[in-house]
Amino acid sequence: MVLKAFFPTCCASADSGLLVGRWVPEQSCAVVLAVAHFPFIPIQVKQLLAQVRQDSQVGVAVLGTWCHRRQEPEESLGHFLEGLGAVFPHEPWLRLCRERGGTFWRCEATHRQAPCPPGEDQVMLIFYDQRQVLLSQLHPPAVPPYRHVGADPTSPGGLAAVFHTVARCEALFRSDRFDEGPVRLSHWQSEGVEASILAELAKRASGPICLLLAGLLSLVSAVGACRVFKLWPLSFLGSKLSTCEQLRHRLEHLRLIFSTKKAENPAQLMRKANTVASVLLDVALGLLLLSWLHGRSRIGHLADTLIPVADHVAEELQHLLQWLMGAPAGLKMNRALDQVLGRFFLYHIHLWISYIHLMSPFVEHILWHVGLSACLGLTVALSLLSDIIALLTFHIYCFYVYGARLYRLKIHGLSSLWRLFRGKKWNALRRRVDSCSYDLDQLFIGTLLFTILLFLLPTTALYYLVFTLLRLLVVAVQGLIHLLVDLINSLPLYSLGLRLCRPYRLAAGVKFRVLEHEAGRPLRLLMQINPLPYCRVVHTYRLPSCGCHPQHSWGSLCRRLFSGELIYPWRQRSDKQD
Amino acid sequence: MEDERSFSDICGGRLALQRRYYSPSCREFCLSCPRLSLRSLTAVTCTVWLAAYGLFSLCENSMILSAAIFITLLGLLGYLHFVKIDQETLLIIDSLGIQMTSSYASGKESTTFIEMGKVKDIVINEAIYMQKVIYYLCILLKDPVEPHGISQVVPVFQSAKPRLDCLIEVYRSCQEILAQQKATSTNP
Repeated sequence: MVLKAFFPTCCASADSGLLVGRWVPEQSCAVVLAVAHFPFIPIQVKQLLAQVRQDSQVGVAVLGTWCHRRQEPEESLGHFLEGLGAVFPHEPWLRLCRERGGTFWRCEATHRQAPCPPGEDQVMLIFYDQRQVLLSQLHPPAVPPYRHVGADPTSPGGLAAVFHTVARCEALFRSDRFDEGPVRLSHWQSEGVEASILAELAKRASGPICLLLAGLLSLVSAVGACRVFKLWPLSFLGSKLSTCEQLRHRLEHLRLIFSTKKAENPAQLMRKANTVASVLLDVALGLLLLSWLHGRSRIGHLADTLIPVADHVAEELQHLLQWLMGAPAGLKMNRALDQVLGRFFLYHIHLWISYIHLMSPFVEHILWHVGLSACLGLTVALSLLSDIIALLTFHIYCFYVYGARLYRLKIHGLSSLWRLFRGKKWNALRRRVDSCSYDLDQLFIGTLLFTILLFLLPTTALYYLVFTLLRLLVVAVQGLIHLLVDLINSLPLYSLGLRLCRPYRLAAGVKFRVLEHEAGRPLRLLMQINPLPYCRVVHTYRLPSCGCHPQHSWGSLCRRLFSGELIYPWRQRSDKQD
Repeated sequence: MEDERSFSDICGGRLALQRRYYSPSCREFCLSCPRLSLRSLTAVTCTVWLAAYGLFSLCENSMILSAAIFITLLGLLGYLHFVKIDQETLLIIDSLGIQMTSSYASGKESTTFIEMGKVKDIVINEAIYMQKVIYYLCILLKDPVEPHGISQVVPVFQSAKPRLDCLIEVYRSCQEILAQQKATSTNP
């Protein structure tokens, strides 16, 4: 197999020295991590390597020599380099050589013990950016990579081994050239260790702040879990209002952010960071909305237009009912039933309008206080808007329920009497339709009732249709608002920002580029990080959403509509069957 | 070593295949697709603008014209950046892997790299495409669970769609390298 030598780009201009790294025999690949410069004491180099091996659990060793000088090597240096091979035994021994200012390199691999067959000592040089490989995180595709038989299950195979090696050997990169250590190393941090004052300060300050906020949050959740809220009216409201659900969700998020436990793996760290970004965006948008609402007395305008709008909606409903009570779309309704249903619903609307007029002096104050809730976040404000819409269209919901129940009763009656008409019966014990012999008077009354119900069906069906459509309209508007809230809740902003600004951190794989090549010289490749596409970033790092998703598929929804069963498009998680 | 030959794709358009032999263990094949023709671009633009002008004469709203210009520009940019592939490259490196790169007309490049450990074989397959039967080159990936199974078939040169003669050239070169790879992997 061709020997692959992974060489860091930062060491390409370093002075001559020893190559320090890891040898992976299964893939015949040598990962060079650093270059140890002359002068050094071999004992100290061996001690340092043993220390790094213990810290990182990776088999770091001296792989060979690196030679970077102006002209052809002198004889004495050549013997010195060969002598080093005896001091640091390693199989195979690499010799990389480069002229100062030259583009082409020379590499040889010698096997001391086993004589290598001809054509097998080809070396391929692959340059990699050490900093990017150290910081990046590989996202393998869904299918697990092929493992060689007998490979160590804890160590990854293929190119992931290179990433794993560089990431684990952080201990090797801790010293820079200003340190007075026993061995002088060249690696990506040798010009100066990377650190940030702000990051260090934030780390120190985060401990006590997290403790304080975690305490406050536990107090808030204790208050929220007290017995008062478990009593019937409040618990019912709490489960139906989407605002309470959203507030609970946000409380969970805040508890996750300020928990004192450290994140165990990179996925948890990303989740924490995404949650922080989501909460910050939410609060920022909410404050923007707050400043827009409270400026230039917009609340007053809103309150002034709210009551006329509610009045207008009620008037339109009244017109609609008058139309239904006449001859809607040219259809002939049953006069008596039509009048009864129409008058019933008209009275409801009358009650509703009086209720709205009763509330009208308080609307502005209510809206002002509700607008303040936007400082908790845009999602809370949107959930409140959705709840307000639900409350304002409560009469439409009531009409829908009445219409649906009446229609369902009628459909059940019709199906049962149709079975009687054909001489069959529903056997509740066996849960099937059986034949049954009825008396004459049973048949007579059954057929009569069947005829009555059948001819009254168009009227009921029309009322049901109209109110179901209205209800679906309201549900669609609420659904859009919920979709927006879901989007803000679950979008992984931190991951998207990372993909935009530091694409090497989220890696889908690698890509290679062949560098300038001359016949007779070893092949040189440049390995770069292939960043994860945006759709995979969103898919991998989405935050879990509220869970208020439609329960039914389109087919079952249509079936339920047709048979008159009530539909609850947004079932909250803890709802019981109604 | 580098050479260039011209072939044709399944629709009859001209393709240029550039072969580079970097070393006995590394080869690159670069297929250049025909460029965006000025004729088709002019035809599409004229159609869109004529339709917009027709709508404008019906509605007397000048927003339609500006919208048409906007749509044409955005459509062209989107087409160049997401749809039109200028060049497809296959780089095969012994004992490392196979890399496929597509370069779009706007300069964007999208790369996929498959490690040699996952590659089972490279074959030429037949497929029914609309009303034609075409040949395409594909990479077979190993199944981690079953040693003789295939987990995935990855087609190569999907938008260039060269004909069989071009595919045979590429196939022969790739098989030489895969044979080397198999020989060295069976020897301890």
